[in-house]
Amino acid sequence: MENYETHTHDVLIIGAGGAGLRAAIESSAQGASTGLVCKSLLGKAHTVMAEGGMAAALANVDPKDDWKTHFKDTIYGGKMLNNWKMPFNHANEAPERVRELEHWGAVFDRTPKGKINQRAFGGHTWKRLAHVGDRTGLEMIRTLQDKGIHTGIDVYMECTITHLIKDGDKIAGAFGYWRESGKFVLFKAKSIILATGGVGKAYKVTSNSWEYTGDGQSMAYDIGAELIDMEFIQFHPTGMVWPPSIRGVLVTEAVRGEGGLLRNSEGERFMEKYDPERMELSTRDVVARSIYTEVKEGRGTPHGGAYLYISHKGADYIKKKLPSMYHQFMEFADVDITKDPMEVYPTTHYIMGGIRVDGDTCATTIPGLYAAGEVSGGMHGANRLGGNSLSDLLVFGKRSGEAAAAYANSVSTNLNIQAEQVEAYANEILAPFSSTDGENPYSIHQDLQDVMGDYVGVFRNKENLEKGIAEVDKLKDRAKNMKIEGSRMYNPGWHLCRDLKSMLMVSEAIAKCALQREESRGAHSRVDFEGYDDEKWGKVNSSINLQGDSMNVTTTPLPEMPDELKSLFTEGS
Amino acid sequence: MSEAILRVFRGDANGGEEKEYKVPVEEGMVVLDALHYIQAEYDGDLAVRWNCKAAKCGSCSTEINGKPQLACKSRMDKFPEGQPIRVYPIKAFPVMKDLVTDVSWNYETNKKIPEFTPATDEEFTMYQDDVERIQEFRKCIECFMCQNVCHILRNHDRKDAFFGPRFMIKIAERVMHPMEKIDRREFLKDEAGVGYCNITKCCTEVCPEDIHITDNGIIPLKERVADKYFDPLSWVLRKIKGK
Repeated sequence: MENYETHTHDVLIIGAGGAGLRAAIESSAQGASTGLVCKSLLGKAHTVMAEGGMAAALANVDPKDDWKTHFKDTIYGGKMLNNWKMPFNHANEAPERVRELEHWGAVFDRTPKGKINQRAFGGHTWKRLAHVGDRTGLEMIRTLQDKGIHTGIDVYMECTITHLIKDGDKIAGAFGYWRESGKFVLFKAKSIILATGGVGKAYKVTSNSWEYTGDGQSMAYDIGAELIDMEFIQFHPTGMVWPPSIRGVLVTEAVRGEGGLLRNSEGERFMEKYDPERMELSTRDVVARSIYTEVKEGRGTPHGGAYLYISHKGADYIKKKLPSMYHQFMEFADVDITKDPMEVYPTTHYIMGGIRVDGDTCATTIPGLYAAGEVSGGMHGANRLGGNSLSDLLVFGKRSGEAAAAYANSVSTNLNIQAEQVEAYANEILAPFSSTDGENPYSIHQDLQDVMGDYVGVFRNKENLEKGIAEVDKLKDRAKNMKIEGSRMYNPGWHLCRDLKSMLMVSEAIAKCALQREESRGAHSRVDFEGYDDEKWGKVNSSINLQGDSMNVTTTPLPEMPDELKSLFTEGS
Repeated sequence: MSEAILRVFRGDANGGEEKEYKVPVEEGMVVLDALHYIQAEYDGDLAVRWNCKAAKCGSCSTEINGKPQLACKSRMDKFPEGQPIRVYPIKAFPVMKDLVTDVSWNYETNKKIPEFTPATDEEFTMYQDDVERIQEFRKCIECFMCQNVCHILRNHDRKDAFFGPRFMIKIAERVMHPMEKIDRREFLKDEAGVGYCNITKCCTEVCPEDIHITDNGIIPLKERVADKYFDPLSWVLRKIKGK
């Protein structure tokens, strides 16, 4: 085959959002030679779009807050399906990770006493989210980026990894291409951390960027790793509705955190019906279903959403606390949110499920392979609380970096990568160039997005899910023969061919897990199985792995919480 | 549904030409939507960088009808109907392919700026009034359009001498950080080349985040450097001390 570059590292990190960057900083600090690969330019990863804040029990605003309350909130929010060890570590370590970020240059909004300010968010008992207006993700990624480039990490920008490679049962490297030249590149590494984020691009209406195509989930699955709980897709309650080209773009939960009110077309504050206690600050699964129901029952806005009011807070306050939202609506929708309400509707936002990891080390079921952030599963259970993602990235980014570096240090044998295997991957990736009668990948992608929206959306039932699975199957067949134009140089059509393969894999997993789980829990709502089934489904995770050529979907027991933590839930909240 | 005509640069480092496309326009559509339509319907290999499509990541900087702007933020209905919309790559950086340019110089330059160095290991006490001016600089989404229109970089190609507006405000954010302990004035003058900026404010005009790059960032930096190096009293003191 053609010549390709080879790079060698102790630890290779795939994905350079919050989790990947934090992992790289830690791995490098442990003395491991560290490579960081990203599909985009550095600093553009999806973390940049996070808005509302990062949850950590700093107790700067509400002094009663502590790790126990944060832990309980997270597990209640996750409807008891979390891998308890993860929220435990998260609640304990998030404050230190946030303070550390400040010492690396992040400039959070302040309390009157000069501490890091914290805001209210859905499902959090106390004001808990450290934030910078409504651009907290940008603050986080830029801070980590600026720290990272001074720690001796090798950054490989605009590079797509297409395959993970094992030697025996151990991870040995990764194969991919440079987006610019289309040339191949091989990374040899003793350990690999996946930090590739989510899967939102399998849906049409989504707040996610193009990078969110499920690469990490799919590559790990391909080499035998176990995935869990893929049915739990978070539909964020408030995406933009109008105009059509902007549909799905996020309206931060901070609007509600800062006092925003939801009303239907009859002017009714409808959350009174669904969660009278927490109202607009109920958990995301509840608010999303409420908006969906209001619209379905004919009380929607002209463009089919709910009204979200913030104008009562006054123009100065809004421009200071929610500047991006002000500009976003002004520029894209011609709506002045200091005067008029926003129109909002649920949008695909986040996947709670992902690669099964150890709650302390982020180790997957493949020796040497780690996963951190959205690509991993277990932290958020059946529903994620807003603000818990950014701190998740920091806590488990650091933990994975530490563990992967230690593991790499312990590997004494030489890892081998077979040239024939690399050649087979290269041929697979190049196939669309030689097809004469293949399909356009863009049309398959559009059809997939329609299928997932129509059959595997907010509300699900057996009939639709079965249809969805059958449709995804047909799309997988169509995707076996794709054809593209042009050269290998910076060719988005070609890039989509590989991304599509990942999206098809995660779509199949989402639909099959959703069909298997015959109950409604958190973000997974079955109209044919309403309510929790704690006896059966409350005790198991969905589990997915590759067996032979087909997807094996089953259940595994939920890790059991130690008694001293269990008692937190029986003492009364 | 009306129709728009886009003339898009297609080519690479060896040159290229405009190609015309007809694109149906729906309400609220932006230029980036039109480029995506072209990819899906006509030329799947049209290269354009983008990520968020919400003006938050700064990836899709292009020159539309000669004016540098984010393609995701440029509404189709702002352009005169019936007239072609010309979409080109930003000019101050080498073209890689179509609308994608090689902006690696910016990443190399960023590495030269010493990191934030806090004066204390203790938890910070800082007040909102003290951090607000640096929060303005930290809104930067690194679209590099300020670098693209800076005369020193675009017309004189002095990338060897001047870091450009994006990195002036990056240095400013550290200089003005209440907890920063290192003196960056020598670095600003000798390495970053703050003296090269001649305050035409073109950078401020194109900033999609409305950062007052010149007034709030570069001018105060110039003043600090002037205080150290060009203040007559300190000049005399330096001579006496032999520094």
